[in-house]
Amino acid sequence: MFLNVGPSHPAMHGIVRIVTELDGERIVGTDVEIGYLHRGFEKMCEREPYNNAMPYTDRLNYVSPLINNFGYCMAIERLLDIQPTERCQYIRVIMSEISRICDHLTCIGASAMELGAFTVFLYMIKAREWLWELIEAVTGARLTISYGRVGGVKADLPEGFAQRTKQAFEDIRRVLLECDTLLTRNRIFVDRMQGTGVISKEDAISYSITGPFLRATGVNYDVRRQQPYFVYDRMAFDVPLGEHGDNYDRYLVRMEEMEQSMRIVEQALAGIPAGPVQVDHEGRVIPAAMMVDEAKLGHTRGLKAVEVETDPTLSGSTKRFHGLINSPEKRAVLPPKEDAYGNIEGLMHHFKLVMVGHGIRPPQGEVYAAVEGANGELGFYVVSDGSDRPYRVRVRPPCFTIMAALPVLLVGDMLADLVPTFGSVNMIGGEMDR
Amino acid sequence: MAALTAMERGLVDVSRLSWMTTKLEAALGWARKYSIFQYPFVTACCGMEYMATACSHYDVDRFGAGFPRFSPRQADVLFVVGTVSHKLAPVLKRVYDQMVEPKWVVAFGVCTCTGGFYDNYATVMGIDTIIPVDIYIPGCPPRPENVLDGLMKLQEKMQHGVKATLPQGPSARPAELLASHRPEEHL
Amino acid sequence: MSENLSLSALMQEQFPQWVLGTHQYRGDETLLIKREGLLEVCRFLRDDPRTAFNFLMDLTCVDYLTFGKRLESMPTTATPSPLPYFMKPKPVTEQWERTGDRAGTIRAGDRAGNILSGEEVSAAAGPPTEEVPRAAERAAADGARLEVVYHLYSHTRTRRLRLKVPVGAADAVVDSVTGLWKAADWFEREVWDMFGVRFEGHPNLKRILMYEPFDGHPLRKDYPVNKRQPLLGPTN
Repeated sequence: MFLNVGPSHPAMHGIVRIVTELDGERIVGTDVEIGYLHRGFEKMCEREPYNNAMPYTDRLNYVSPLINNFGYCMAIERLLDIQPTERCQYIRVIMSEISRICDHLTCIGASAMELGAFTVFLYMIKAREWLWELIEAVTGARLTISYGRVGGVKADLPEGFAQRTKQAFEDIRRVLLECDTLLTRNRIFVDRMQGTGVISKEDAISYSITGPFLRATGVNYDVRRQQPYFVYDRMAFDVPLGEHGDNYDRYLVRMEEMEQSMRIVEQALAGIPAGPVQVDHEGRVIPAAMMVDEAKLGHTRGLKAVEVETDPTLSGSTKRFHGLINSPEKRAVLPPKEDAYGNIEGLMHHFKLVMVGHGIRPPQGEVYAAVEGANGELGFYVVSDGSDRPYRVRVRPPCFTIMAALPVLLVGDMLADLVPTFGSVNMIGGEMDR
Repeated sequence: MAALTAMERGLVDVSRLSWMTTKLEAALGWARKYSIFQYPFVTACCGMEYMATACSHYDVDRFGAGFPRFSPRQADVLFVVGTVSHKLAPVLKRVYDQMVEPKWVVAFGVCTCTGGFYDNYATVMGIDTIIPVDIYIPGCPPRPENVLDGLMKLQEKMQHGVKATLPQGPSARPAELLASHRPEEHL
Repeated sequence: MSENLSLSALMQEQFPQWVLGTHQYRGDETLLIKREGLLEVCRFLRDDPRTAFNFLMDLTCVDYLTFGKRLESMPTTATPSPLPYFMKPKPVTEQWERTGDRAGTIRAGDRAGNILSGEEVSAAAGPPTEEVPRAAERAAADGARLEVVYHLYSHTRTRRLRLKVPVGAADAVVDSVTGLWKAADWFEREVWDMFGVRFEGHPNLKRILMYEPFDGHPLRKDYPVNKRQPLLGPTN
C-alpha cells in the first residue's frame, strides 16, 4: 500500500513529499521528492554584485542564518585573499554559535512536539526568543539578518552585550536542564527514538552526510576542528560523538552541542580584542535627544564639543568601530560614512565599490570554502570571472545528502517512526532546495 | 460564499424578524472570529516567525487561533506561510479547494503577497494569482506583532462576513509594483 | 605544501592519459581530467590509501558560456535606460543635420565620450596574482562549454581535491559515480535538472528540483531568469 506524506504536512520542518510503500505498518520502500522550495538562489546570485547576495544567503538555512552569511563571506574573502580583523572573527564566531544554538533548539523542539511533547517545544521556542533578542540587538533583525559583509560584518556588538549574553545563557541552561529532565530518560521518548532511523558509519560516509548526523554514528568529523576557520583553533570545545547512529543519539549529540556552543561563546567573549571607545577625551557623552532639547532652549554653547551618544551598532557614527570590524582592504570594504561624506578619498572609495560595473572585483578563479553549519558541512563554491558579480555560486547543502539517505533510514521501521526520523534529519527546505 | 442564512432560504419572514437575523449574523461572526482553526501551509523562513507567533512569547492562542488543524476539511483559515514555488502551486490550490466554506486565506510574508525578491523562474509572484486572499501580511519575515495585527484585521473581516472574491493577480496591482525595481536590469 | 605537490605528481604519474592539467589556487587543489577516465580516476582516488577520498562532498556543474564576457556588455553613456512607469517615451523629433562640407560631423545628441570600455577596465585591474588556466580559453579551444565539478574530501588525510571534467553542451554525457559514492545519486540528478548533463549508469535520472513538465535547464547561462513555465496561474 502506498501512503503519500504530501508536501503540506504537519511536521514543521519543511515541505517534502515522501511516498512510502507500506506492508501493514512496516515501511518497505520510500521515494522522496524535494524541490518544492526551489527559489533559484544560484541563478539570482549570478545577477547581483557580491555583497548584494547576502540576503539570499540568509534564507538558505533560515534557522541559523548567520552561519550561511559568514560562510559566503569567507568564500569571497578567500577569493580576494583578504583577512578579516581579529575582532571581526571573534564576532563571527560568537554569532555563528548563537545561531547554531537557535537551530538545535528549533530542531529538538519541533521533533519533540511531533512526538507529543508540546511543552518542550514551547520551552525551547521561548529560549530561542531570548537568543533572537540578542541577535536583534546586534544585527537589527530576528531572523533574516544580512549581517555579514565581505571583509567584515555590518556593525559592532552593542554596549552590554556580554552581560546580556551571560544572562540569556543562564536562562537557556535552565531551560535545557528542564527539557533534559522531561525527555532524556522519558520512557516514551526513549522507546520512540532509540533504535529507529539507524544508519551505519559506512553508509553515512558514502552518502557524504556530515554534521551532528554523522557524529551520531561515531565518525569524528567537524569542520571547526579538522579545517579550522576564523578563531576556532583558539577555542577549547568538545565534539560530542554518538555510537549507534539512531535518533536518540542524534538528540543527545545536539543537546550536548548546544552546551559546547555556549562554552565557545563564553570563551570568545572573554578573549575578544577591545571594542570601540564610546566617549571623547574629556569623557562627556550626552544622549542625542538631550542635545536637541538643549539646543531648542537656546543652550548651545559648548554643544559642538560634546560627543553625542548614538548606538554603535545600527545608526549614526561608524568611524569609531569601522576599523575594528572591517578588513582594511579598499578593494572590498566600504569606507565609514564620515569619510564617504567628508573627504574626496572616501567618496571615491565609496563610488568605486558601489557603482554598476565597478564594485568588488576578485580576480578570475574559483574557491571552495566550507563552514560547519548546524546540519553539517556548508560549502560555498564561488567562480569569479573578474567582474563585479559572481559567475557561479554553488551552495553545498548539508541536508540534501541526509535527505538522499532517508530511504535507508526509513526502510524496515514502522510508519510511526517516520516522524522522529524525519524530525531528527532537521531538513531545512531553504537550504536543501535553495 | 457565506452559508445561506435562514432568511435567504425563505423560512423566516424578513419584515418582522430582520433584527433577529442581523443579530444572528453578528453572533455567527463573533463565534467564527474567536475560534479560528488555521491550516498552516508552512513552507519557508516565515514558518519560523509563525512558530514564534504561535508559541508562548507572542501567544496567538489568546486570540482564539491557537489550534492548528492539519486537515483542510477541519480548518477555516488557510495561512500560507512562506514562498510558494510553481511546483507547489497545484498543491496549494488543491488544499484550498478541499477546505469547506466559510474559509479565508491569509498571505503571510511578502513572498506570498507579491513574490518577494525571488523574481525568477521558480516562484509564484503572489498567491493571489492562484487563490483569493483576504489578508496580506507583508514582511520578510513579518514580526510577530505584524502577524497579530493582520490576525486582528482578519477577525474584523470575519465579524462582518466580508470575503475576497476573485484571484486578484497582477492586473489588479498598482503600476509601481509591476515596474522593474532594478534600473540596471537591462544590462 | 609538499604533500599537495605530490598529489598532482601522483595523479600525473598514475593517469597521464586522462589528466588535462592540475593547478592550485588559494589553497585549493584542482585536477582536470578527460571524461573518459572519470570512473577510473575516481575509483583510484577513493580506494588508494595515499589519497583515500572517501567523501564526495559536492558534485556540480559550471556553464562557461559567458565567462569573461560580462565586461563587454557594460553600459556606456550611450546605453539607453528604461523609463520609469510614470513617464511616456518622448516622440522622436527630427534630427538637425547640416549639409555641406561638414555634414555628418556634428549630430544632435553626440555628447561627451564613453566611460572606460570593457578591455580597459580589466587591464586596469591588473593581472591575476596567481597563474590560473583561463577556463574560457580552454573551453573555447575544446568546445567544452560545461564543466562538471567534483569536490572530494579525505577524512583520514584531512585534504580536499577538486576534480573537473570539461564537457561540451552538444554531447553532455558523463559516467555516473553512484557506484562509488551513494551521495552522487541526488547530486547528479540536480546537475541533470539544472544543466542538462546526462549521467550514464545513473539508476533514476529525473528532475529533482524542478517539475517534470518544465522545459529547459534553468542554470544554463542562456536560460533567462524570468522565464516562467507555470503549472497554474499567469506567466506574470
